[in-house]
Amino acid sequence: MNETPKPNSFRAGPDEDGRFGIFGGRFVAETLMPLILDLQGEWEKAKNDPAFQAELADLGAHYIGRPSPLYFAERLTEHLGGAKIYFKREELNHTGSHKINNCIGQILLAKRMGKTRIIAETGAGQHGVASATVAARFGFPCVVYMGATDVERQAPNVFRMKLLGAEVIPVTAGNGTLKDAMNEALRDWVTNVDDTYYLIGTAAGPHPYPEMVRDFQSVIGTEARAQLLEAEGKLPDVVIAAVGGGSNAIGIFHPFLDDQSVKIVGVEAGGRGLQGVDHCASITAGSPGVLHGNRTYLLQDGDGQILEGHSVSAGLDYPGIGPEHSWLHSIGRAEYVPIMDQEALDAFQVLTRLEGIIPALEPSHALAEVIKRAPKMGKDEIILMNLSGRGDKDIFTVAKILGMEV
Amino acid sequence: MTIRMDNRFAALKAEGRPALITYFMGGDPDFETSLGIMKALPGAGADIIELGMPFSDPMADGPAIQMAGQRALKGGQTLAKTLELARRFRESDAETPIVMMGYYNPIYVYGVERFLDDAIASGIDGLIVVDLPPEMDDELCIPALAKGVNFIRLATPTTDDKRLPAVLKNTSGFVYYVSMNGITGSALPDPSLVSGAVNRIKGHTALPVCVGFGVKTADHAKAIGAAADGVVVGSAIVSQIAGSLTKDGKAGPDTVAAVATLVRGLATGVRAARLVAAE
Repeated sequence: MNETPKPNSFRAGPDEDGRFGIFGGRFVAETLMPLILDLQGEWEKAKNDPAFQAELADLGAHYIGRPSPLYFAERLTEHLGGAKIYFKREELNHTGSHKINNCIGQILLAKRMGKTRIIAETGAGQHGVASATVAARFGFPCVVYMGATDVERQAPNVFRMKLLGAEVIPVTAGNGTLKDAMNEALRDWVTNVDDTYYLIGTAAGPHPYPEMVRDFQSVIGTEARAQLLEAEGKLPDVVIAAVGGGSNAIGIFHPFLDDQSVKIVGVEAGGRGLQGVDHCASITAGSPGVLHGNRTYLLQDGDGQILEGHSVSAGLDYPGIGPEHSWLHSIGRAEYVPIMDQEALDAFQVLTRLEGIIPALEPSHALAEVIKRAPKMGKDEIILMNLSGRGDKDIFTVAKILGMEV
Repeated sequence: MTIRMDNRFAALKAEGRPALITYFMGGDPDFETSLGIMKALPGAGADIIELGMPFSDPMADGPAIQMAGQRALKGGQTLAKTLELARRFRESDAETPIVMMGYYNPIYVYGVERFLDDAIASGIDGLIVVDLPPEMDDELCIPALAKGVNFIRLATPTTDDKRLPAVLKNTSGFVYYVSMNGITGSALPDPSLVSGAVNRIKGHTALPVCVGFGVKTADHAKAIGAAADGVVVGSAIVSQIAGSLTKDGKAGPDTVAAVATLVRGLATGVRAARLVAAE
């Protein structure tokens, strides 16, 4: 393997073709190419437009509830007996997760571009709910594609989307999870190019989505960095977040990438273990490939066919990962580790009992890594974790696994 | 390697009719049956063969081709076997151009250089890779052209005059005009709109312009063929295969014959096309 030279800044990517090293790019059908070029042009203009930024900040403060609190988890810290643990409380946002940060940004772009219809894909339903929410707020019709398996295991969110006026279309192709929902959303977009805005929920897909979604989510890390400096007078030693597509993770990581002392840890879904195919650890157990518009680490067989994967958490049940994570892994700036279903479920219960916070199963994976690391760290060290979503949507899944009746 | 393709279009020009380009999925429903289908195509009137490479996530395809890909993968088809299919076909047909069509990931994983060498050895004349727009030409298009394999580009209704030169720049063999925004297997577009689009593209290139998406019957082929240098039929053939299978999805006794019958009808359509145009 060639040694990749270290860049001057880890925050400068992607290049003008949307590449982070060899990852990223624009691998889409010709029909979509003019659309993503338009989107890129509009995004370039919007991000440098003070009026756009002001509207974004205003909605952030009054609609989402930003800044989200930084919370010192005192009892968990005491229980683990090591590093001080801080949570960035993205689960307190309107709609219950970090997803709304990106949706507000993109709906403002859709409005600027004169689009009249919103489509979105969703796994756990958090992005679907956030999309349906902003569509309602701005008066757009909204169609959400959701794998049939996920429709079943995330019933509360399906109901929320319908209440908000969105049409939820169950996708039965493949395993009926996030990957299949994304295929179907792309098919819709290719068919309805003139009026439709595709609101991608994660920091993946063709350029400019990975960069744009990252920028909208970076508010998480920017706030957390300032809040922690205020609270502790120093930066964290480790920042930890769960990674499916990776938008909550890149959102909290990105503002810390050039802080050399800060360790960055992404947590992938180890599912039932890495030996077989029942996991979603694209970086730990996958290889580079091209899917959904970008080159990135994927779960695939030797013939380049994409595997389905598995995670107890619908939001992590995706066989790829955002291209910037693949790049951060390839240059060694971030470390990616797997957490198994059972470890996440245990962590879910620990947090519920010790801190009175019911986390979503996605950040429960990050929490399980915190639980592993904190006891081995000094009491003067700090872990910052992105508590990216609340667990209300998961109580039925957890009840079923624990053998309890709801 | 471009000789077979150029010869074929030259012969069609002399004959004064458009090409019939037939798509089927390699390995659907199994290797031997699809080899039988491929061998039957030229005799039934196909001028150029599009050989589909199955992919688990075909983002631009409708249900018919999605299911064909799933059948092929279930039957054990791989990219190596699709190349083998072409090689076996070439044992008895040295003339009919073969264009492999699919998505990039299986090729990327196989290795671009290795794939191109094996494709040439298997008698492949061109490639259509749906998710490689001109912005991604360094990936496969440039290496393919360097080795003499045609890289056939898709142009669509969203490809405006400003973008057309970029799309046509590294295109060779022919231009594949996708007649509508949408997935494969949708309804036939208005032939008059198609002829306007074909003429627009012809203003930018001397390459033959072939039209696909939505052509299902001999009448469609005749109408579209009046305006284009070739007519591509895919979903209709794939659906014909699907309809001929046994209940458990295996090849039926008439699978190959059913495809040949459909293609013979379509061939009548393209052969009538220029008579319409001359009227």
